[in-house]
Amino acid sequence: MACKKRVIPGFSLSLGVTVIYLGLIIMIPLAALFLKAAGVGPAEWWEILTTRRVLQAAKLTFGASAAAAMVSVVLGLLVTWVLVRYEFPGKRLLDGMVDLPFALPTAVAGITLTQIYAPNGWIGIHLEKLGIQAAYNSLGVFIALTFIGFPFVVRTVQPVMEDLGKDIEEAAATLGADRWTVFWRVILPMLTPALVTGFALAFARAIGEYGSVIFISGNLPMKTEILPLLIVSQLEQFKYGAASVIAAAMLTVSFLLLLLINLLQRRMDWQHR
Amino acid sequence: MNPRSPITESRAVRFVLITGAIFVLTLFLLLPLFAVFAEALRRGWEVFFAALEDDAAQSAIRLTLLAAGISVPLNTVFGISAAWLITKFRFKGRALLLSLIDLPFAVSPVIAGLVWVLLFGAKGWFGPWLAERDIEIIFALPGIILATVFVTFPFVARELIPLMDSQGNDQEEAAVTLGASGWNIFWRVTLPNIKWGLLYGILLCNARAMGEFGAVSVVSGHIRGETNTLPLHVEVLYNEYQFSAAFACATLLALLALVTLGLKGLIERWSGHSSTGN
Repeated sequence: MACKKRVIPGFSLSLGVTVIYLGLIIMIPLAALFLKAAGVGPAEWWEILTTRRVLQAAKLTFGASAAAAMVSVVLGLLVTWVLVRYEFPGKRLLDGMVDLPFALPTAVAGITLTQIYAPNGWIGIHLEKLGIQAAYNSLGVFIALTFIGFPFVVRTVQPVMEDLGKDIEEAAATLGADRWTVFWRVILPMLTPALVTGFALAFARAIGEYGSVIFISGNLPMKTEILPLLIVSQLEQFKYGAASVIAAAMLTVSFLLLLLINLLQRRMDWQHR
Repeated sequence: MNPRSPITESRAVRFVLITGAIFVLTLFLLLPLFAVFAEALRRGWEVFFAALEDDAAQSAIRLTLLAAGISVPLNTVFGISAAWLITKFRFKGRALLLSLIDLPFAVSPVIAGLVWVLLFGAKGWFGPWLAERDIEIIFALPGIILATVFVTFPFVARELIPLMDSQGNDQEEAAVTLGASGWNIFWRVTLPNIKWGLLYGILLCNARAMGEFGAVSVVSGHIRGETNTLPLHVEVLYNEYQFSAAFACATLLALLALVTLGLKGLIERWSGHSSTGN
């Protein structure tokens, strides 16, 4: 392959445009961020990252993101199963609507979910009677992140479930397995890589999520403040160094996750063949 | 569905699962969508239209259209160029390039704004240099465009690369042997083959560009009537407790989402393109 002469024209042009644009828009700005963070110095990194406010925000961000991604997996599996396997009126419409959280601007999602789950909102008022405070609480953060996350699971699992051959299930049934056993022992194991990828995608997105969370969370420092908001508040006080250190730490976690997702997807592709 | 096939569930189980899924989708998708419009019209059509005709709202709409109008074409050109490079040629560093294109998906929107502040903000690397020359990037239109471009960077490339990969290079190679020039091959051979995928990518790119909040919020400075895009205008109104006006402006963004989903469905039907999550 490597020594084959390039037949199709446009290599230099497309290489030039792609690399220069990627460099200017993505690489140089990200390099600037890591350089800025590096310039702060290791002693101060530690100091910045271990302040109680940062630790609390990290706990909430990662905790709520993980919980939301877990619930997204369960809800996503249910929704995917029904959309792939059953027929019912309105199915096509609902299938199309699954992408709504991708398409709806996050600020709109944020104010709407706040309105619904606020103490006097449509759902909030009922939760209030049960003594549950959803909005302006970490539960609100979790709700917003689940809204954002579950389409990732559906769209990752759906193509895999559509491709599952019926023959394996038939074989299991012939051998006397009941439906429940077939689900647990045959179907679920085949869906696991897709479910894990969906979880990772939802989790990665949730960590960085800002617009849909900041309205419903109430943004109380030490209580309902998420990491991206903390970056914004450092920036508003012109603490560029601290903002960069927190951002660089978040990015490092996100990049590791992306790496994991890529490995998982490669494994899925490999299993597919 | 006479005697139950051994590889499906009983009627009762199916009913429970379908009801559960519809409940989840209603609670998570339809209720919020409905709520946007209900809240917007709570105080009547007059308040609704007044909120949209307000000068600050009009300027926010114009700014949003302008920012998307510049960012989307830029990323479209890049997306086509990157997809051409990745799918037509094999070279060293190709896999790395492929991962780098995806990078912005892993970056929090807030960080996508922060990087530009670090470069061009008053205390940023080029801040003093820009200030001497009276060039405004942060808290002005260029910053908003840069932040939008960063966030929407991969959308077109992400749609085109798998599509062009699956189509192979036979047609282009045949065109080369017949003596067609590079541009001719692109316009006459490649573009007709990828038009639906390209449109699909542009559609998603545009929806995100017009709706972007976090990245733009960091670089905009929230100057009313000047640097507020529509999502930022919604935020300002909401924080001022002008709920009806905030939701009235939010309906425009919700409609944008609905139109995007509708067109997306149509493109999928026309082209046989199946959706997989981005």
